[in-house]
Amino acid sequence: MNLSRNWLSDFVDVQDISSKDYCDRMTDTGSKVECFEELGNDIENVVVAKIIKITPHENSDHLQICQVDIGNGNITQIVTGAQNVFEGAIVPAAIPVAKLPGDIVIKDGKLRGVESHGMLCSMGELNLTEHDMPGKEPNGILILDECYEKMIGKDIKEALMLSDTVVEFEITSNRPDCLSVIGLARETAVSFDRPLKLHTPVVKGVKDGDKIGNYLSVNIDAPDLCYRYMARVVKNVKIEPSPLWLRMRLRASGVRPINNIVDITNYIMLEYGQPMHAFDYSCLNGSSIIVRRANDGERFMSLDDQEHTLDSNMLVIADKDRAVALAGVMGGANSEIKDTTTTVVFESACFNGASVRVTAKKNGMRTESSARFEKGLDAENCFGGLERACELVEMLGAGEVVDELIDVYPTKAESVVLDFDPDRINSFLGTDISYDSMKATLEALDVKVDGNKLIIPSFRADLGCMNDIAEEIARIYGYNNIVSTQIRGEMTQGGRTPKQQFEVDLENAMCGMGADQIQTFSFISPKYYDKIRLAKESTLRNSVVISNPLGEDTSVMRTTSLPSMLEIIARNYNFNNEDVRLFEIATVYIPTTPETLPNENKTVSIGMYGNCDFFTLKGICENVLKVAGINKYAIRSEANSDSYHPGRCARMYVGNREIGILGQVHPLVMQNYGVDCDVYAAELDFDAIFELMATEKLYTPLPKFPATTRDFSFVCDEDIEVGSIQEEMAKAGGKLVENIALFDIYRGPQVGENKKSVSIRVTLRASDRTLTVEEAEKASTKILNALNKQFNITLRA
Amino acid sequence: MKETLQRIRENALSAINSQDADLEQIRIQYLGKKGELTSVLRGMGALSSEERPIVGQMANEVRAAIEEALAEKAQSLKQKQLEEKLKKEKIDVTLPSNASKIGHIHPLTAVQRRIEDIFIGMGFSIAEGPEVEYDYYNFQALNIPPNHPARDTQDTFYITENILLRSQTSPVQVRTMEKQKPPIRVISPGRVYRSDAVDATHSPLFHQIEGLVVDKGVTMGDWKGMMETFAKEFFGEDTRLRFRPHHFPFTEPSAEIDVSCFVCGGKGCRVCKNEGWIEILGAGMVHPFVLSNCGIDPNEYSGFAFGMGIERLAMKQFGIDDMRLLYENDVRFLEQF
Repeated sequence: MNLSRNWLSDFVDVQDISSKDYCDRMTDTGSKVECFEELGNDIENVVVAKIIKITPHENSDHLQICQVDIGNGNITQIVTGAQNVFEGAIVPAAIPVAKLPGDIVIKDGKLRGVESHGMLCSMGELNLTEHDMPGKEPNGILILDECYEKMIGKDIKEALMLSDTVVEFEITSNRPDCLSVIGLARETAVSFDRPLKLHTPVVKGVKDGDKIGNYLSVNIDAPDLCYRYMARVVKNVKIEPSPLWLRMRLRASGVRPINNIVDITNYIMLEYGQPMHAFDYSCLNGSSIIVRRANDGERFMSLDDQEHTLDSNMLVIADKDRAVALAGVMGGANSEIKDTTTTVVFESACFNGASVRVTAKKNGMRTESSARFEKGLDAENCFGGLERACELVEMLGAGEVVDELIDVYPTKAESVVLDFDPDRINSFLGTDISYDSMKATLEALDVKVDGNKLIIPSFRADLGCMNDIAEEIARIYGYNNIVSTQIRGEMTQGGRTPKQQFEVDLENAMCGMGADQIQTFSFISPKYYDKIRLAKESTLRNSVVISNPLGEDTSVMRTTSLPSMLEIIARNYNFNNEDVRLFEIATVYIPTTPETLPNENKTVSIGMYGNCDFFTLKGICENVLKVAGINKYAIRSEANSDSYHPGRCARMYVGNREIGILGQVHPLVMQNYGVDCDVYAAELDFDAIFELMATEKLYTPLPKFPATTRDFSFVCDEDIEVGSIQEEMAKAGGKLVENIALFDIYRGPQVGENKKSVSIRVTLRASDRTLTVEEAEKASTKILNALNKQFNITLRA
Repeated sequence: MKETLQRIRENALSAINSQDADLEQIRIQYLGKKGELTSVLRGMGALSSEERPIVGQMANEVRAAIEEALAEKAQSLKQKQLEEKLKKEKIDVTLPSNASKIGHIHPLTAVQRRIEDIFIGMGFSIAEGPEVEYDYYNFQALNIPPNHPARDTQDTFYITENILLRSQTSPVQVRTMEKQKPPIRVISPGRVYRSDAVDATHSPLFHQIEGLVVDKGVTMGDWKGMMETFAKEFFGEDTRLRFRPHHFPFTEPSAEIDVSCFVCGGKGCRVCKNEGWIEILGAGMVHPFVLSNCGIDPNEYSGFAFGMGIERLAMKQFGIDDMRLLYENDVRFLEQF
């Protein structure tokens, strides 16, 4: 809402307050000021002048030399290139040193050898448009009307009312009453403790016996969507431009002047916050206005010449045959005010906000009117607005207001009455504001205070409970004046849950392992599933789908964190970053049923390239489990994953529970990402790891007796996994086995093709005695026998 | 004999002090079984009983002196050897290190953890809620019925008519109050979604952190006090706050809260766009309808709620000028935090 301070001063006198102070205080009391602009500040030393004499320029066929009366008997010479000037013309003249909009400075100069002491100005040079100056030549010098003859020498800003301060407010959606000069004047009055001077419009009427009933009937067929419909008729209308003062107020408010009748409706919308509409009466078939739901498929041409197809959720203003306006949104082309209009119907009505909002949205035409209606307007405001419009008609001589008005008001809302309990308000705010002070604030806001009852004005639908009243008191008292205190009461045991703490610990551990944390979008493109070669029938392709996404790239909620990780890997690769190691604690979204929320699971997503291999990744994954205190797990090869290298991929298990997958990302996947180096990635189930987390840690006494070691070196088939050999050895060795560790693996011509030489050290120990040689030998023999039986392995000679 | 001892002493000491003395050789030559001093001692039998103790004492002194000189020399040689070894072992400490590199917490997480820790210190727990949420929790329970104009300001991603991507962390307030009776002190950080195209200051996904306090007798003064405590902890002791009345459907009274610019202290600079203030919080006293919706009697309890954008705080705190950097995850960016 752009507020003209000139206009504001009709209702409250705050001209002595600087714009900065005004804006600060208004912001402090709840009407947030975005900025203010001092109109006309960019124009200096431009005066009303009269061209006395014009002579041609000897050295130019288009320049003319004007002798110009600039007031107080001073005649000055100005050379102009414009062709529309004539002797006797009254024009704006910039007299050096003058300033014009766009930081233009006018100084004395010579044009082709002839001195020119200034410049005659066009409307554009004064930042005006044809709409501001109707009927004037837009391209040549602005020729002022003869009535300006008595203003010669006067500052053009004064003559054309160009000086004003416009304050731009950001009005919150609960205060549609402040989308008006009067609403903001009321806020201004209470904020600065100044009287509010409201004006009651007076309409004289014609008293010729003619009544509105001779012209029009109004019916509301949809009272659920139209709470009130008022109308008045103006006859013998003369469509012409509005007077300068009115045009300049509209201009300051950011509304383009059109003609007197349309300008009046806009003026009322700005002054009262009541959107109005004017129909050309001659276009209303059947002398009737019917407020009804549109028919499904009904066609409607709005006055901006856009065609719309309506449905029965939309409200229209219709005559007997067709819609003439989309209620609260925009009038129809079929009944708009034209230069030839002679009789006008003014509409001042109140429509259901939600309906206007939906209608405007569906038709893609949010207007100043709909933006107000959708917030829920006050039906009581219709009358004042309508009367003020008619008063302006008479003031402007735009026509004759026909006697009487139509007021269809099917449901008049009851006044809201609230309890007034100053003690409760004080204890809620933590203040000590007196009853009288509260009363004064509320009365300044037009709330009637009747003992312990408050009667809320109809335009304050946002006031409905004690908190609302407390806010009114607090904002005028000043939020910043309320003394800050510390909360008292029962202690609360704060902190993170074990799972939240585990997440923090894990993040820190990942950093300790050299991985940088990333944050990626939770929504991805469904095409990303193809990019990671997910099988067509994979259940992971079943995602939560956003019905109104910004684009395909962000249209489904991810069911796997791998594509997000690979996007970032690819980006870093493209940035030529070397040796990248990343992790994310990423949420994935697994659909349930269409009516219920998906499961949101957390994944530990790891990705890396550069100075690393499968075993780097494996080590990190093992450490993730160790952070959770999980020391027993298995890692088994996985040859059939869609996204991973068939020979370099494994799944991780704790007991029978799968914890995740790790491996080199399939080269074909990385090809899809345009990356041609080995990339390793893992997706571990954060929730599962947490559930398996060792919550209690028990101390095992340190060994008191020495250990015995036995080394086993043998050659076996390449296909036999060391892990399964170790598992078998552990099983065979039984309780005495403390540790089994690979210490060498060798492949080469000596051991033969598809063979490997493996050396494993087994540590044997008993907790209660020193093992005898016989005991150790017995265990070794068992181990050897098992290897022989299971894998046909014999020791190397 | 005395002269012999004196000579032995002088010869031995000079031998020990010579440039490349072989200490073991010297020890054997003088002190060994067949050494010179030992020979002298053997010859003591020939001395008179008067002379014997005198010469004996003298011989012991000579032995002690030689032994001491030997030990000293050995010590100094050892010292010299060590010095030579250390000298040889000198390295160029300016060569690059080879420790494994350390990773970095994402700046958004870092800021989130910091905020969490401040509130945990004040007795807050951390509440979590789903990102894919029911319309009821995201809007209706928060006093935002269908077609409420406040829905316009948060262009929401919908899954179905009743399920959406939460546009704020406030639904966690409702879920918390449904489950837990006062006193309540929780914060709920998390991802929220709004239909804003990506640019330097917008992202369709961003992080908020929401706070909620409900108890008997909680006042607006308490709300202000806690916001100030937080701001001073986060931005520094000299931070001042400015409360600007605002409107949120789920709080009443409501405010937008500015902090005095932590770069210029309020004088006006590029970071605060010359205003001296930076808007960081939206907050207010919990609306009685919201309390009632969650089964908490507004006549008995009151409370306040607040929310802030983590991206905004991170960007302001680290001087990041483009929000996209936070999601690009270029390691050259990440490794600065």
